[in-house]
Amino acid sequence: MTKKHADAIVVGAGWAGSILAKELTEAGLSVIMLERGSERATAVEGAYPESIDELRGAIRKRLFQNLSQTTVTVRNTIDQTALPYRQLAAFLPGEGVGGAGLHWSGVHFRVSPEDLRLRSSVVERYGEKFIPEGMNLQDYGVTYAELEPFFDKAEKVFGTSGEAYKVNGKIVGNGNIFDGDRSDNFPLPVMKDTFTASTFRAAATEAGYHPYSLPAANASRQYTNPYGCQMGPCNFCGYCSGYDCYLYSKASPNVNVLPALRQDPRFTLISDAHVLRVDLDDTRAKATGVAYLETKTQKEISLSADLVILSAFQFHNVHLMLLSGIGKPYDPVSNTGTTGRNFVYQTITSSRIWLPSSKYTNQFIGAGGVGVAIDDFNSMNFDHGPLGFVGGSPVWVNQAGVKPIAAAIGTGGGGTPRWGSAYKGALIDTYKHSIGVDAHGSNMAYRDVYLDLDPTWKDAYGQPLLRMTFTWKDNDIRMNQYVVSKIEPIARAMGATKANLVHLNAGQPFDTRHYQTTHLGGGAIMGTDPKTSALNRYLQSWDVSNVFVIGSNAFPQGMGYNPTGMVAALAYWAAYHIRTTYLKSPGPLVQA
Amino acid sequence: MKIFPFLAFAGGIFALSHQTAFANDDKTALIEEGRYLAAASDCAACHSIKNKPEYSGGVSFTLPIGIIHSTNITPDVEHGIGKYTEAEFGRALREGIRQDGSTLYPAMPYPSYARLTDHDVHALYAYFHEGVSAAAIPTPENGIRWPFSMRWPLMFWRWAFSPAPAKAQEKTLHEFADAQMARGAYLVEGPAHCGACHSPRGLTMQEKALTASDGTSYLAGGAMIDGWIPTSLRQENRTGLGRWSEQDIVDFLKTGRNMQGESFGAMTSAIVHGTQHLTESDLHAMAKYLRALQPFDQTQPNWVYDPTATNALHKADVSARGAKLYVDNCAACHRTDGKGYPPVFPPLAGNPVVMGKDPASLVHVVQAGATLPKTEAAPSAFTMPDFMHRMNDQQVADVVTFIRHAWGNNASAVSAEDVAKLRKAMPPRNMADGDISLN
Repeated sequence: MTKKHADAIVVGAGWAGSILAKELTEAGLSVIMLERGSERATAVEGAYPESIDELRGAIRKRLFQNLSQTTVTVRNTIDQTALPYRQLAAFLPGEGVGGAGLHWSGVHFRVSPEDLRLRSSVVERYGEKFIPEGMNLQDYGVTYAELEPFFDKAEKVFGTSGEAYKVNGKIVGNGNIFDGDRSDNFPLPVMKDTFTASTFRAAATEAGYHPYSLPAANASRQYTNPYGCQMGPCNFCGYCSGYDCYLYSKASPNVNVLPALRQDPRFTLISDAHVLRVDLDDTRAKATGVAYLETKTQKEISLSADLVILSAFQFHNVHLMLLSGIGKPYDPVSNTGTTGRNFVYQTITSSRIWLPSSKYTNQFIGAGGVGVAIDDFNSMNFDHGPLGFVGGSPVWVNQAGVKPIAAAIGTGGGGTPRWGSAYKGALIDTYKHSIGVDAHGSNMAYRDVYLDLDPTWKDAYGQPLLRMTFTWKDNDIRMNQYVVSKIEPIARAMGATKANLVHLNAGQPFDTRHYQTTHLGGGAIMGTDPKTSALNRYLQSWDVSNVFVIGSNAFPQGMGYNPTGMVAALAYWAAYHIRTTYLKSPGPLVQA
Repeated sequence: MKIFPFLAFAGGIFALSHQTAFANDDKTALIEEGRYLAAASDCAACHSIKNKPEYSGGVSFTLPIGIIHSTNITPDVEHGIGKYTEAEFGRALREGIRQDGSTLYPAMPYPSYARLTDHDVHALYAYFHEGVSAAAIPTPENGIRWPFSMRWPLMFWRWAFSPAPAKAQEKTLHEFADAQMARGAYLVEGPAHCGACHSPRGLTMQEKALTASDGTSYLAGGAMIDGWIPTSLRQENRTGLGRWSEQDIVDFLKTGRNMQGESFGAMTSAIVHGTQHLTESDLHAMAKYLRALQPFDQTQPNWVYDPTATNALHKADVSARGAKLYVDNCAACHRTDGKGYPPVFPPLAGNPVVMGKDPASLVHVVQAGATLPKTEAAPSAFTMPDFMHRMNDQQVADVVTFIRHAWGNNASAVSAEDVAKLRKAMPPRNMADGDISLN
């Protein structure tokens, strides 16, 4: 039987995959997109009011990965034995069409320009010796100016609401003074402040900081994007993160890209298709297609293609590369090999501030991408010299809507009761009068923090699980402690009656049992040197030139910002170079 | 000596193939013209079923006299219209006479198609014989009770109510001095057969008026079809298109949505199969023509937005009948001010569907839900959930009454008994057929 052929195969139907599939069909290619999970329809699971059932949604993890089929194993250090991550907690990968792009919050950042050249920037300011022993600090190999048109394009596709600071060098508004220059304003006006956001804005200003509104892919108005896809306006219902938006107002591949893509006869989406590996030819330098399991029949099917795009979730991309033999697996002892290198996360802690009982914080209101932040302690925006750490952290109030079960679970603990009248009093007081403030920080890459194939555990399909070796390092713990200490003057300016400022403690290991963030990164990073990066600056595999790997796996460091905006811009950047250069003459876009 | 004839032969082939290519181009253009007219005539709405070969028929229509099925109009010789000559095809289309001489049920809008020009019939014939694939699918038996099962009495209906093509064309084609208006009149009165749904019918089911010149009842709103009430397409301020601009009408026919409202019910199929495929210039011609139709109901006061209900809701005053239900179930999309977020979520304030004398469409949208269709120009399909599973008859009556009273709509109240009655005539719950939009 001859294999079915497509010009391009796209693995994963999230943001990165949908963008690449759209761009490649526009270029005239036939595209098959494979998605492990099922189709998702706002009209069915996303329909009001069932869609905002918290028990079914965020608590029982309606839109997240089914770990009974495949998962990762986790350990903190090289000398430990890793165990499978059997219950979703610390991070929540998506499953089904739309991927994590369906259940994300909608915070839609660009990037701090200096973060793209963090190694160069640190060395220029503080010298090579400033970089701690064992930190694999690297540049992306692409500049903000090069990416700017693609950030702009992504914002127009996502229908992003925000307030700019500078457009074409001119100050136009009250946006983030640390932002890179923009070629255009946001496509939609900024979302309204919640009470907590406006309180934080006033207090941060009083404390001498520079507050700005979070850019939100929650539509502040009805919107039609360049693909003709439409969004309704957000009504602050508070059900973004972990949910599919019943108002069609949170950007998702499902709402913003796929309606247009599905009309293209060159495009085919196959759901319930778990990709097992990328098939390579005998030279191991060229992919011939992919093999996937039709999960409903358990039948293995092979497809052939000229071009393979890996655009699954960050660690699934790395997993597929390791299973397929794309690139040399990373070895932490010799610090050589690239697949699995520079696995990173984010350093996030959530603090809480209580206002007097006359102030009601209305936390049931919210939107995933809405809020007010300061960047005074993010990226290279402050002097690290006397502090002796690399990295930083935005601080923000991001009131995404506190749901009833989450409010109950979140109250108590840490020395306060989890039951009885004291618990109930605290629950009421916290729900009515408190404000959550997050330090959403960077996470550096280290020699002994990496991804590889687990030697013991296998998934339901008989393939080895991906193993994470990860823990918190002194540099990032000290960064977190420093930034959290800067929340105190804000709390004071708010007139707080009480504040619980939460930070990591020295020597504290990574604990998978509590949600931290789904913003995993690295493992197959982009860069300029094939010895230290798996992908070139166009996200093309150095080793197999007809494979491009799109996602946060390309980040050499975990940045303080939410990653989706950067992933979307990198997807458009890679697609642009595939369309304008690669397709004319397939082969490496950068000579190794 | 052998070379010469060979060359001559080759040259002959070249000349021949050149000629054939030329003829093929003409033929292809004719077939494409026929394809366009078939879309304009919305043939697919009645003659195509999802997941079955195009135009293979079998769509059932429940009429008071029984169930009839649309026929296979593919070029299949046994089950389709493969044996029809162009003259026979034209007679069926324009006069309602089958090849065997019997009369078609007037569910086939031949009183409108009577207006089709000979050229357009020629193009349609070419398309249905050479542009459509033959499908050997028999048409299901009709379930019409005697005496209605006899076709010969239909002949009298046809004689009485269906115009002769020549007369029909004369009426439609010579009405307007302006070429664009003439084109609009031809499309609306002819192929698009808007009147089949949107004109009132007499006791014997004939359309009371077939053209603008037949009087103001033409397109003044029709009787319920599948649970939906076709609105007036004339210039009534409240219940017609009086406040729609030419562009509003064009947008609606192209994308199913505009700043005034959105498609639902039976109109959706007319847009998806038909009007979205028309050119901008034809859509503007239709819009211009429709905008020239004077109101049938001359007594309607103009709709003026009244903020009383909005102000009350903004003060959390939900004492009006149905107000609380409206806030809990409807306001997220349609807003407390009733203005919606067009063209994504339609306004209810000043919407002709909401203000109609008969509340059936509004009640049925609430009961059964609705999906705004995706079109080529507007790929997003938005779905309103059905509220049957959340609201009882009394609650539906209350919320519909609130919507009909608020914002200057000033339409009559609806009782739980009305809703119960309408529930029996309810269209299938939205998506019950498994057709689910995926955005």
